[in-house]
Amino acid sequence: MTVSIDTRDTVRALSGAVYKYGFVTEIEADEAPPGLSEATVRFISAKKDEPEWLLEWWLTAFRAWQKMTQPDWAKLKLAPIDYQAASYYSAPKLNPGPKSLDEVDPELLRTYEKLGIPLKEREALAGVAVDAVFDSISVATTFKQQLADLGIIFCSFGEAVREHPDLVRKYLGTVVPQTDNLFAALNSAVFSDGSFAYVPPGVRCPMELSTYFRINAAKTGQFERTLLIADRGSYVSYLEGCTAPQRDENQLHAAVVELVALEDAQIKYSTVQNWYPGDAEGRGGIYNFVTKRGACRGARAKISWTQVETGSAITLKYPSCILEGDHSIGEFYSVAITNNLQQADTGTKMIHIGKDTRSTIVSKGISAGRGQNTYRGLVRVQPRAAGARNHTQCDSLLIGDKCGAHTVPYIEIRNPTARVEHEATTSKISDDQLFYCRQRGLTPEDAVSLIVNGFCKDVLRELPMEFAVEAQKLLAVSLEGSVG
Amino acid sequence: MEFPSLMLEIRNLHARLGDGREILKGIDLAVTAGEVHAIMGPNGSGKSTLAAVLAGREGYEVTAGEVTYLGRDLLALAADERAREGLFLDFQYPVEIPGVNNMYFLRAALNAQRRHRGEPELDAGQFLRAVRAKLKELEIGEDLLQRAVNVGFSGGEKKRNEIFQMAMLEPRLAILDETDSGLDIDALRVVATGVNRQRRSDRAIILITHYQRLLNYVEPDRVHVLLAGRIVESGDKSLALELERGGYAAFGSVG
Repeated sequence: MTVSIDTRDTVRALSGAVYKYGFVTEIEADEAPPGLSEATVRFISAKKDEPEWLLEWWLTAFRAWQKMTQPDWAKLKLAPIDYQAASYYSAPKLNPGPKSLDEVDPELLRTYEKLGIPLKEREALAGVAVDAVFDSISVATTFKQQLADLGIIFCSFGEAVREHPDLVRKYLGTVVPQTDNLFAALNSAVFSDGSFAYVPPGVRCPMELSTYFRINAAKTGQFERTLLIADRGSYVSYLEGCTAPQRDENQLHAAVVELVALEDAQIKYSTVQNWYPGDAEGRGGIYNFVTKRGACRGARAKISWTQVETGSAITLKYPSCILEGDHSIGEFYSVAITNNLQQADTGTKMIHIGKDTRSTIVSKGISAGRGQNTYRGLVRVQPRAAGARNHTQCDSLLIGDKCGAHTVPYIEIRNPTARVEHEATTSKISDDQLFYCRQRGLTPEDAVSLIVNGFCKDVLRELPMEFAVEAQKLLAVSLEGSVG
Repeated sequence: MEFPSLMLEIRNLHARLGDGREILKGIDLAVTAGEVHAIMGPNGSGKSTLAAVLAGREGYEVTAGEVTYLGRDLLALAADERAREGLFLDFQYPVEIPGVNNMYFLRAALNAQRRHRGEPELDAGQFLRAVRAKLKELEIGEDLLQRAVNVGFSGGEKKRNEIFQMAMLEPRLAILDETDSGLDIDALRVVATGVNRQRRSDRAIILITHYQRLLNYVEPDRVHVLLAGRIVESGDKSLALELERGGYAAFGSVG
């Protein structure tokens, strides 16, 4: 019996049927030649017709990046990356800046439809505005007018640079500096587009804002920039999804996301990451090396990160909160799955600066196959942060006996009134649990999916409804072939 | 609908554990639809192993013999296929599944079985109505539904939950593993009531138990004595009373 399941799963894994977004869109693209130099940076700037100040900003980052080295502290097996082999710009031709959805290339609309993200507003998910980023540029943004009526700006980064340069210049790089780390510096040197949102004081954004990232072209990376500002007393919920074609080479995704929440503002940022993870033998897949950070700049501000990380060959990300305002709140809810040869080193940083700041970390790591899963998290309480509180819950679930789970908490307390709690558990899906489910009629795959969903429940319930359903399905797909 | 009257036929069944120890040493048993069979025996006689092998639990190797269930080779089916074919095992120690809502679990199971039978799945509303009716019938409180599967349940609650699942899944063959009989009087009544209400002409029930006590509440059609991996005696319910008086020693060496 065990043999038959193994065989079936092996066949399925080999057929590659598990990653259903691995298709390629045939579209003519405008590409930069491979390689990265000052000339490349200038090339992208010229392509995008960016202002001089932004070119200078990019060049500063590029010069800093040249002097930086790849971080070696993460628990990852990662060969040195050949940055000269990739192309740093690829944009669908014909229609680089469509004015309305009617002008968007039908081939692109079809691509997003296939991904389950219809961009035509009448067909779109009710209550979700989408900025669609295809390789290096934003190809469409939905519901812009409805949002503009409320004073909400939601557009591609390029458009924000043209239409709202003051806001961009005021906040860009204030949360994640150009020189923050190697990948953030790389992003700061070549980011050609991304999403921008600004919610004015006291406005509660009536729909979910979202960005859907799609890498299509071969031998390129994606380096988008997201900047999200919630002004005083405003609220916004932001969703992010991503997929890429199935290819044998590794592709780099080095994004930067900066969030700014002013006094009494709240930002909820949710990610369902489903980049191509590579095949069962570890060939191909996306390197997901992103820097995400939010700053609670005002009193009582709140930033909440929720991530479901199922894809990518290697994930390296630590969505973090800088709690500057007194009584501000940071939250991090994470599910990270590694199956086959996937590796993840992910977690968060909670930096308590203001008084009575609070943070909550709930991390659920699931390892299957030969996957390696590391939670790495920092809780730092600065001297001024009297009354700071943190609660961290880190749970690891192992499926099979060839995978690994690791928990690396860093706790730095510089104020004696702080209260910091860290709880960690490691468990395995037991044969008893599997048998119990199967005895009630569930297939081994459904049984694992049910048990895993139960394990992740505390995180999944933080996701907006439409996303939660999608995430549950994704968990099941990601773990296919892990039982046997 | 026509049912083969012979529901389960076990012929010369031998099974051993992964470590090579032979536990079942030639079981023969025939169970007809509509019957309740009690299998009794001392600790270590192979009662739980028999239940596990019939349900398809991994970790046991069948070395000889055959099992026919509704005319099919039972041993060729995976555990979940057996369940979808209507074989239900009431667990002696029900398993906890943290974070999974009890009702969600049961609905997933029921719909898996319905799909298998080519019946439409029940939506949340239909399912809830079916659940409420069944809870009332079995006198079980609704609070059980919203909790995680068996997590933090008392012994009695776990038992109730098993019987409730059995009632909802409506199996053709139910095997109740009550080997340990650590049941208090309350739980004993729940099991007994459940079994008595589940008796049907197209369903067979196998009750595995150590003590005669459960049989004060459920009247079996047949009683079998299992000793050192073999059925050494079969009879009607009076055999259980005989056991109660004389113990297992009368049937040979106690393992």
